[in-house]
Amino acid sequence: MHYTIEPGLYALGKPDEHSQVLVTANYKMSFDKLRDALPGRNAWVLVLDTRGINVWCASGKGTFGTMELVSRIKSSGLEQIVSHRELILPQLSGPGVAAHLVRKLSGFKVVYGPIRATDLPTFLDDGLKATPEMRLKTFTTLERMVLIPMELIEALKAGLIITPIFFVLAFLGNSGGAWTNALRHGLFASVAILAAILAGAVLTPLLLPWLPGRAFSVKGLTLGVLTAAGLIVFRWIGWVTWAGRLEVLAWVFLITAISAYLAMNFTGASTYTSLSGVRKEMRWALPLQIGAGIVGMILWLGSNFIA
Amino acid sequence: MMNQLIYLRDVVTLSLDQIKCVGCGTCLLVCPHAVLSLTNGKVEIANRDACMECGACAKNCPVEALRVRSGVGCATAVINSMLGRKDSSCCCTIESEN
Repeated sequence: MHYTIEPGLYALGKPDEHSQVLVTANYKMSFDKLRDALPGRNAWVLVLDTRGINVWCASGKGTFGTMELVSRIKSSGLEQIVSHRELILPQLSGPGVAAHLVRKLSGFKVVYGPIRATDLPTFLDDGLKATPEMRLKTFTTLERMVLIPMELIEALKAGLIITPIFFVLAFLGNSGGAWTNALRHGLFASVAILAAILAGAVLTPLLLPWLPGRAFSVKGLTLGVLTAAGLIVFRWIGWVTWAGRLEVLAWVFLITAISAYLAMNFTGASTYTSLSGVRKEMRWALPLQIGAGIVGMILWLGSNFIA
Repeated sequence: MMNQLIYLRDVVTLSLDQIKCVGCGTCLLVCPHAVLSLTNGKVEIANRDACMECGACAKNCPVEALRVRSGVGCATAVINSMLGRKDSSCCCTIESEN
């Protein structure tokens, strides 16, 4: 899935020894965004070997790092190609690069450019000055929407494994001959699981800033409860029997657990959650999610086997 | 800071030794969430809860005045490490615009 380009020095337009040097990762999209942001300009682009990973992730892993930069300066012969000693790095390479060490080891001064490549023309024209907005990593609705397909596909994969288990259990539980009953239980399980996935992996990312709570699990839990409430209305007929009541209650637990869990996993895609924060959230949220899942399963089995 | 999303309160490991700080301001440039401010030649932690522990400030501090236990805030990665799996399928499967 990764699109890699060859590391090394590239020319943008017709650069000379005075042209600026921009540094990026060897993930093709990073390179293309940089190139597309600077039409008609002359500059050098120094591409680091980040194993096809984008700037921010690579700097977090250290592959977009001080040592790689220093050795790439040497191997590309940059010192002979430009007369100045200045590099423009994307701001988000900060976690991997120590600017003061790069200077000490290579003689090149690191200037941190804006976060977004699209802000580069303004940054270059303003004498390498970034506005405070250019230095902020955002998480806009559009940026969150782009991430949804990935979250959804992963969740649906798991859903496809879990759903048949409910069908099998439903048929085992209703083996007295009530096949239609079993089918109904199984079909409702499919609908409920799908609804829980939509709540946790689609609606939570989409509505993130407006959902109550700071912990992602709380945001997912809120939507899970609302989704479960919606399904109860849809399955109102279930309340007449004890088995029906158990089944409905089971899905309140299960949908909430699934939605909260999926929402919690969206921390990895977000641009503002800290590891300490995620660990703190998980310490209470994960046991509750597992607990709610177990309680839900017991109630659901009860509704099938006891009735 | 308008519309800035903030995660949990009082949890990050970011710390600053103002005595060591030389006021170079590099940390302010690399921080993606405007956590730090510079007043009278000294850096201050102005918006602690906005910190995501990316580690850029500490990495770029020439005098080691800033410290943070850096990492990626990703539940999937935490679960994988609890299960002993070395699968970092977290942030890096999804590409940002950088």
